[in-house]
Amino acid sequence: MSDIIDILISASFWAAVIRIASPLILATMGELICERAGVLNLGIEGIMVIGAFTGWMAVYQGMPLWGGVAVAMAAGMLFGLLHSTLTVPFGLSQHVVGLGVTLLATSTASFSYRLMLPEVTSPPKINPFPPLDLPILSDLPFLGEAIFSQTALTWAAFAVAGLVALVLYRTPLGLAVRAAGENPAAVEAQGLSVTGLRMGAVIVGSGLMAVGGAFLTLSAFSSFFFEMVNGRGWICVALVVFGAWKPGKAVLGAILFAAFDALQIRLQQTDLGALLPYQLFLAAPYVLSILALILMSRRAEVPAALMVPYNKGER
Amino acid sequence: MTQTQAEAEVVLRLDRITKAFGPVRANDAISLSLRRGEVVALLGENGAGKTTLMNILFGHYVADQGSVEVFGQSLPPGAPRAALAAGVGMVHQHFTLAGNLTVLDNITLGTEGLWARGVGRSAAKAKVGTLSRDFGLAVDTEARVGRLSVGERQRVEILKALYRDARILILDEPTAVLTPQEAEALFATLRKATARGLSVIFISHKLHEVLAIADRCVVLRHGRVVGEVDTHGTDKAKLASLMVGGELSLPSAEVRAPGPVLMQFQGVSTPDRGAVPGLKGVTLELRAGQITGLAGVSGNGQAALADLIAGLALPASGHLMLRTKAVADWSPRKALSEGVGRIPEDRHHTGSIADFDLTENAVLEAYRTPRFSRRGWMDWRAARSFAEQIIAGYDVRCPGPDTRIRLLSGGNMQKLILGRAMAPGPEIILANQPVRGLDVGAIAYVQSQLIAARDRGAAVLLISEDLDEIMGLSDVLHVLSQGRLSPAFARGSISAAELGLWMAGQGFGDARHAA
Repeated sequence: MSDIIDILISASFWAAVIRIASPLILATMGELICERAGVLNLGIEGIMVIGAFTGWMAVYQGMPLWGGVAVAMAAGMLFGLLHSTLTVPFGLSQHVVGLGVTLLATSTASFSYRLMLPEVTSPPKINPFPPLDLPILSDLPFLGEAIFSQTALTWAAFAVAGLVALVLYRTPLGLAVRAAGENPAAVEAQGLSVTGLRMGAVIVGSGLMAVGGAFLTLSAFSSFFFEMVNGRGWICVALVVFGAWKPGKAVLGAILFAAFDALQIRLQQTDLGALLPYQLFLAAPYVLSILALILMSRRAEVPAALMVPYNKGER
Repeated sequence: MTQTQAEAEVVLRLDRITKAFGPVRANDAISLSLRRGEVVALLGENGAGKTTLMNILFGHYVADQGSVEVFGQSLPPGAPRAALAAGVGMVHQHFTLAGNLTVLDNITLGTEGLWARGVGRSAAKAKVGTLSRDFGLAVDTEARVGRLSVGERQRVEILKALYRDARILILDEPTAVLTPQEAEALFATLRKATARGLSVIFISHKLHEVLAIADRCVVLRHGRVVGEVDTHGTDKAKLASLMVGGELSLPSAEVRAPGPVLMQFQGVSTPDRGAVPGLKGVTLELRAGQITGLAGVSGNGQAALADLIAGLALPASGHLMLRTKAVADWSPRKALSEGVGRIPEDRHHTGSIADFDLTENAVLEAYRTPRFSRRGWMDWRAARSFAEQIIAGYDVRCPGPDTRIRLLSGGNMQKLILGRAMAPGPEIILANQPVRGLDVGAIAYVQSQLIAARDRGAAVLLISEDLDEIMGLSDVLHVLSQGRLSPAFARGSISAAELGLWMAGQGFGDARHAA
């Protein structure tokens, strides 16, 4: 027990929580936008892989770090375009298309990696985003290390979450997106294009997912390796449900999951870790997430038209 | 009156609109004009092409031929935005509201540029406030639409159109879901609107409403205009014969002495289902040789009552009696074996399986009986001949028993379900909204079958929102409101207006004191 308290009051623990949460927040916001418009995007896992790969490769080829972020975003949007073309105007099954996009994006990344770096045995490194040194704030005791020593991309992740909330709830565009996920016929009857709104949401959302993936290579680690996304995309799909399709709650969910994850790594090194098999610790964040999901999502209001294709003029 | 109208400006002109869905001509060279301040009723059976025509006008569908002209400008096809901009507002039969959003959000949706920086809520609110005062459309702008009653939702739909300064209002079967009082309030709103120079197209197949509100009436049949009459010089019988293309004999029912009680509810209560109330101490008798009518707006406990009879639920308190005994092991299968025939409320969801063919659907309730299966194997030959019997006996118009039921029209689907329910000769018949959405011909057929069943001694419970149907068919009738059941009224002992008051929940307090 005292081990847990020691961990919880250490600044490095909280720094890790925020770092682990950042890519989850970015990708969760992407998924949330898609689902609010009525499209379930299961391409998320693969789109994060393609984001991680393209962002890293761009920087490895000599682009600046923000250039890498932009390349990742563009790649994500391209897969978003593919996904939304199939699911929105063609109205194909969102499950099948989503899983297909994940498979395609994941294998495109591995294929391109092998093609571009045929002779490499250990993945080459880049110089990732450094921690931002903020005047005064970074020198604060505890908080300086826990919160104010993060990279620019982490700050961007939290800013994106705020922006998504603002756009969804405070602008006509956000209103239209939410209505497209609730009752597309209402959007159509008001003279707006359901197809345009949904495709736009999926494309932008996929772009954010890819930036979430790029966070892993450009900020958290300094190189790309296969399996690095490791199910984070699926966690984000669950986080959207956990957050009841609301950006603020989804961010809290991401932080909670990250805290479980950071905690279990540290617990493995304590006496408890010597006692129990390490697989239990690895599984803990997922088990706890499932429990939290059950508790939180009971009264959530699902967008009424989620996964319902809209066909204009159909009888 | 007619003089001024003739001079009034024509605001809308539809010219030879033609639209085909596959081999079916939904609209065949329909022309129509609408003048300023006028209410034109578009009358026709289901499938006559009314809704298709309006969807073309509003830009949901693109016509194969023909043109639409609003205020002298021709409207580009397939663009709801252009129709809105030209001043056309449409209240769809199935409301196009997002339940998760507030009333104000639903109204302002799409009225501001998507890239505008914010929603001007206070200005919007003030405008909606003014409109609701001027037109008598009271709503709470901050309420979530999902929580509103059907009548309130309709007001939101009308406000949506008025908020966009609509000059032409299209109402697609607006009264289908309203109580008589709510319908009267709607008519009052429409009169205010026309007094301000709005023009209204009113789609309906209820003749008395058309006569009450419209100045002119255009009758459609099979996608063509078959008549255009001034409502001041016509009556229900003339309009009905125009609609169906011939004199229509409505089923008449003579009163008979009822038989013994076959099913009885004694102080039955069921739990509420979310916002929908359960039954509250309902006592009801279903007698042999009698049609018992249950009037009321949907969502007042009808579903709970129907589920009890069908075996889908048990009373939480009180007793459900079959003949003289309390029911034991009540379940859908038990209900069927005890001679309960069911015509479910929603023929698509609970009455049939869309992708099964007619044969499979015909034996859904009886596939386990020895007639259709032996030792666990289906006898498809018997099933098919049973389906053929229903098709022939109940005038189900279809290519054959191998047709998937989803391809049938609502009327023919209902006839198959009716035949299936009637085949075992049920003693108790639950007819839940049996003619909803059917055309006049199919309605007459279904109703005459219910009367025939009564005449051979069955106890029929008819649940309906349509007062004409309830009052015309029922030997005794009750009203269900908020889960409470009114006392029984004998045929002819209560007026539609009084029924409306009961439906709105008045009278129950007195009844409790009296009892």
